[in-house]
Amino acid sequence: MKARHKRLVLLLAGLGILAAAAVLVFQALGSNMSYFFSPTEVLEGKAPKERVFRLGGLVKPGSLQRGQELTVAFVITDNHKDVAVRYTGILPDLFAEGQGAIAQGRLNADGVFIADEVLAKHDENYMPPEVAEALEKAHQRGKAQMQEAQP
Amino acid sequence: MIPELGHFALILALGLTLVQATVPLLGSLFRRPAWMAVARPAAFGQLLFMLLAFAALTWSFVINDFSVLYVASNSNSALPLIYRISAVWGAHEGSLLLWGTMLSLWTGAVLIFSRSLTAEMLARVVAVMGMVSIGFLLFMLLTSNPFERLLPAPPDGRDLNPLLQDPGLAIHPPMLYMGYVGLAVPFAFAVAAMIGGRLDAAWARWSRPWTSIAWMFLTLGIALGSWWAYYELGWGGWWFWDPVENASFLPWLVATALMHSLAVTEKRNVFKAWTVLLAIFAFSLSLLGTFLVRSGVLTSVHAFATDPARGVFILIFLAIVVGSSLALYAWRAPRIRSSGRFALVSRESALLLNNVLLLVVTISILLGTLYPLIIDALGLGKISVGPPYFNSVFVPLTAPLAALLGFGALARWKQDRFGRLFRLLRWPLAAAFVLGLGWAALMAPFKVGAAFGLVLALWVIAASLYALWLRVAGKAAPLAALFRVPRGFWGMTLGHLGVGVFIVGITLTSLYSTEKDVRLAPGQSHTMDGYTFTFEGVTHTEGPNYSADQGLVVITRDGRPIATLHPQKRIYHVQRMPMTEAGIDAGLKRDLFVALGEPLGQDGSWSLRLYVKPYVRWIWLGALIMAFGGLLAATDRRYRMARRAEAKLPAGAAAGVA
Repeated sequence: MKARHKRLVLLLAGLGILAAAAVLVFQALGSNMSYFFSPTEVLEGKAPKERVFRLGGLVKPGSLQRGQELTVAFVITDNHKDVAVRYTGILPDLFAEGQGAIAQGRLNADGVFIADEVLAKHDENYMPPEVAEALEKAHQRGKAQMQEAQP
Repeated sequence: MIPELGHFALILALGLTLVQATVPLLGSLFRRPAWMAVARPAAFGQLLFMLLAFAALTWSFVINDFSVLYVASNSNSALPLIYRISAVWGAHEGSLLLWGTMLSLWTGAVLIFSRSLTAEMLARVVAVMGMVSIGFLLFMLLTSNPFERLLPAPPDGRDLNPLLQDPGLAIHPPMLYMGYVGLAVPFAFAVAAMIGGRLDAAWARWSRPWTSIAWMFLTLGIALGSWWAYYELGWGGWWFWDPVENASFLPWLVATALMHSLAVTEKRNVFKAWTVLLAIFAFSLSLLGTFLVRSGVLTSVHAFATDPARGVFILIFLAIVVGSSLALYAWRAPRIRSSGRFALVSRESALLLNNVLLLVVTISILLGTLYPLIIDALGLGKISVGPPYFNSVFVPLTAPLAALLGFGALARWKQDRFGRLFRLLRWPLAAAFVLGLGWAALMAPFKVGAAFGLVLALWVIAASLYALWLRVAGKAAPLAALFRVPRGFWGMTLGHLGVGVFIVGITLTSLYSTEKDVRLAPGQSHTMDGYTFTFEGVTHTEGPNYSADQGLVVITRDGRPIATLHPQKRIYHVQRMPMTEAGIDAGLKRDLFVALGEPLGQDGSWSLRLYVKPYVRWIWLGALIMAFGGLLAATDRRYRMARRAEAKLPAGAAAGVA
């Protein structure tokens, strides 16, 4: 085999691997991406109905209720709007009322968020950047509405 | 006083580093031996002052000097001494000091072990490492001074993050950093060789042991991190595809590719430009890892409270390092000529394929890790990419790599034939199929994925052992001959055996683990995979700086006692932070894992998380075997021989060059 052909075969093999990888990557990305929404955005109907997404905010104080076995219900708030969440399983160590949390799951027909996973963080001072931003946005919106109400 | 001395030592180290990064380099360019000779005293001086600074910070922790802000934030008088010492690298500022100190140590090691290098090469390598040091010292002094005072001093400190109060985590960061920083050495060799315009087999031979050692540390660091996450976070998983984990895995993948391509460059004098590029990428990914961990731009289970200004500094530093080394590469690469030729079926091709696959895996993982950042930067919303993405990309791309491994390790340089390779490897191949399918059949229920994984793993193991056998077969005393097999070959064999063991571990753990969250009252039990977990209630205990609820769980199988576990739920006094300490009964064939959830109701019920995890230990065992292989490869006699031979030779040669 000539050197030129050899190089061509190696190049084609490399491109083949790259193409296979690209297909894998884009398929997997499409089905495993989840968007983040704040309670305000969820109530505005921005969150997808059929897809998994992540809901983040503060766990509303006084909202945590334990049901049968390991079912818990609580409310995620951005201090503007609230979304009820249901979860079955063990909550993370740093999960507490008044603290930031992110839940991953989907909305059911009644507008309750059914979580498959609840995340809280390693460090009590740490606020997930998405949650911090959602709270800030909701705060700004709340202020704007107050100003509209009393011109 | 001591902290001020530490701070002053850092400033002096920076001064010496400025000299180390410039004078020897200029000396090498203008052929001034006296200037080049500055490399040694400057680098050792820097090392001395870095060690002083590190000792000063450690001392401040040991004597509980809470007038130092960093100590006050990360320690407490009730903290046991061992954790007061490991708290030095328990947060950002101290981690950086550890980084910087290790970089000086690596530079010192290069000076000690590379006496055979030409004076010019050594001057350039040390200068490049000095430039990296400048970046880190400036970073420390400008944004993250560990010696900042807090006056008036608080009566006691805010304690070390309880998650870090653990022996595994006391040594995980130093190991990982040794790996990260160690990749600066092949990077410096590559840049120095490009400056000199001489990329030859000697350059590859100098780089190889350093790459292997850095890779060994990286392997150990990642394995320790995975092991720690498994038992400390109470989640029972061993890898989460978390951005910070990926940040350590990416340089590992590229360093693995680099080790293989350096072998080809040294032996066959090809792939030179490619190898240089890999050395640049490996170190750049180490820096990117630091950026991802320290900037807090990504939501991660590892993200501790962070400071964006620091992220910007590292990003600029990263841009300078990557930009300037790639510019140098673009300038020099056209002059790099590869002389060796090889056929399509040859060891060179196999290693090339290995490199392509490893790089493609790296890019796919990098893409998944950075995708949320890119989407956010484009204002398209906040997303996260879940672990299934990484699994569904990683497995199909690495399985061919494992299949290729057995052939590659036995293929001949320059030219080989498929027919010969298949004939040579027919017995290992048959053994892998028979044993792998047999093993999979013994696992209940039979799963196709398990059969596939086990055949692949046993193929890797069988082919590696067979290659070792071929080395000694036919010798008069095969066993004695085993001891004469060079360490480099042992290194390769163990590295590959480790891969096989690792594949067994991930295959069987992923497919046969069972997990259940249950609510149990004292006396109640739950049976899973034949193991009966009986919850005997919770008692209260006190640790040195925490109080804990300690559960008692008795595990039996067919009425026979197997283990008694004591999972704990701790509350650390200072930070009031709850922590889960899992109870684990470890075994070669399976781990039994119990973590306490929360107390539920008045009857003493708790939520508990129960796991049966078959073969999970094989994952870390595989990593340990790989790391040991790296150590053997780096200490091969050849490198020392070459050193001696060259040490005699170049006295005149070096003078001639100078």
